[in-house]
Amino acid sequence: MIEFINFHLIPGLVLGSIYALGAIGVTLTFGILRFANFAHGETMTLGVYFTLSLIILTGLHPLVVMPLAMALTTIVILGVDRVFYKPLRAAPTVVLVMASFGLMLMVRSAIQFTWGVQLTSLSTGIVKPYIFFDALRISPKHVMIIIATILLMLVVHFLLTRTRMGKAMRAMADSPELARLTGIDTEAVVRMTWIIGTCLATAAGVFLAIDTHVETLMGYKLLLPMFAAAILGGIGRPYGAVAGGLIIGVVEELSTYAWIGDGPLLNPGYKAGVAFAIMVVMLIWRPSGLFRGRVF
Amino acid sequence: MDQFYGIFLYIVALLTMGGIYAILTLGLNIQWGFTGLFNAGIAGFLAVGAYTSALLTTAASERHIGGLEAPYIVGLGAAMVTSGIIAYVIGKICIRLRSDYLAIATIGIAEILRLVVKNETWATNGPRGVSMVPKPFETLPEPYNQICFLLLILATVGVIYLLIERARRSPWGRVMTAIRENEDAARAAGKDVERLRIEAFVIGSMLMGLAGGFMAHYLKFIGPNATDPLTSTFLVWVMLTVGGSANNKGAILGAMLIWTVWSATEIFTSRLPEELAIRTAYIRIFLIGLLLQIILQKFSKGILPEQRPGGQSTAAGQSTLAGRSTMAGSKKDST
Repeated sequence: MIEFINFHLIPGLVLGSIYALGAIGVTLTFGILRFANFAHGETMTLGVYFTLSLIILTGLHPLVVMPLAMALTTIVILGVDRVFYKPLRAAPTVVLVMASFGLMLMVRSAIQFTWGVQLTSLSTGIVKPYIFFDALRISPKHVMIIIATILLMLVVHFLLTRTRMGKAMRAMADSPELARLTGIDTEAVVRMTWIIGTCLATAAGVFLAIDTHVETLMGYKLLLPMFAAAILGGIGRPYGAVAGGLIIGVVEELSTYAWIGDGPLLNPGYKAGVAFAIMVVMLIWRPSGLFRGRVF
Repeated sequence: MDQFYGIFLYIVALLTMGGIYAILTLGLNIQWGFTGLFNAGIAGFLAVGAYTSALLTTAASERHIGGLEAPYIVGLGAAMVTSGIIAYVIGKICIRLRSDYLAIATIGIAEILRLVVKNETWATNGPRGVSMVPKPFETLPEPYNQICFLLLILATVGVIYLLIERARRSPWGRVMTAIRENEDAARAAGKDVERLRIEAFVIGSMLMGLAGGFMAHYLKFIGPNATDPLTSTFLVWVMLTVGGSANNKGAILGAMLIWTVWSATEIFTSRLPEELAIRTAYIRIFLIGLLLQIILQKFSKGILPEQRPGGQSTAAGQSTLAGRSTMAGSKKDST
């Protein structure tokens, strides 16, 4: 039982937090700009590599330089929006999906060109886990990731519910035409969507890099779970994305637990397929997701 | 003389791969060009076709299943059938939703198929792949075997072109355009939009499976990492948009053109010093991505714009992409 919590439940929650942070960006872009952003994973990778460079430059802790990395990534992504997405705003959204698919490869190859493809890590050394009640073991980095995720989510919650911009964003997610009629500056809302999505993606990437390692494909590997989390929670529903991310992270880790017999229930090689399976079930059973999001 | 012979062989190889890509691009043209369906998992269908045909036609081996030494026609036919079945299942699940969901689902299925191929070592020999795949005409002497294979590919492209061109001019093709341009109107006219869309998706994917089969036979090898899945999917997309979506001649032209550029730049980059060669490989992908963005923004019709059956081209001033906005717009209203 304790082994179950230590090696499956806690890693599942950590992974789920990372998915949740990424999925908020996916669901907001889908809800407000109305397209599935395939480049979101690469945004995450870019944030991680900015963080890596800043750590090498300053020698500070990843979480200290992360805000600056968020700012740098946001500048790049706002530039990308201006050059590549804005001219297509009037075009049908499927063209935007195609543009984002192209950007996914462009951003990735730019990262591979600039930083190379070697596997690295943000921090070195082994840290002893905290041990509670002689048996419950939690690694400090996991505690840090979960606390930082909760803090970031509180910030997003405050932004969306207490500020004018947050209200404008939710209005635009519900009906872009009505939002425009009521005098909402839609371009400002679009910018804010990119800023929130990019900052959270950077955080998710950095947390993943702290938990595992840095590589150029790390963002792409998270793309499918993030889409699945956004669909599971309901498109355009940030809280749904959080719930969806946590569920998918936990289910992925639990799928390899020895529920029946001795071996893992699911071959760990197929862990990445769990998110896809959940997504397919949702698309058949309830495309609007758990939180009654939009269906396009 | 030797030099010319080398160049000749290179051109044969270039046209052969270009022809295989042309089959893929024609498949995508049915899905995206005619019907407006977004397939982001082309590499997945390619792999299904390649493995199916390879496993059926190779000699028996302990490393993988199959090994029936079946004739090529059986292998390639089976490649089309398996791709078609997978496409049918995906289509059944998400064809009624907007194109974005289909894009996500297809990229997902491509990833899952890669996992299956990697993990089920007993069936596919895992990461080491299936080698010794037979190649048609390989018993002929040196240049003739390559030339015969090329002729086979070009003949296949020709037959597919004629068939699709016929389909495009038929009532079936016109309904497809109607669905793409205005789904609600097509539905109101009593057309079974979902069934027709699934038909287009399945037929397109079957062609992709066929191209995969040809690729396995041509390269004599297929493995999970034989090609970077995203790059090959993306190349096909660029080929279709450059050539002109919804135009079959454009699809073939785009495939040949982009494949020539792609492999010519590879020759160039591979001659650079090693460190530089690896890095410039990424610049190639970056530039081809940039090319797609420029085409999407400035030349959305491609080199050969869509021709409507009956002679007149797409209504004046209305580009193919702008035509699609009516569909997206009507969808937006209906939700």
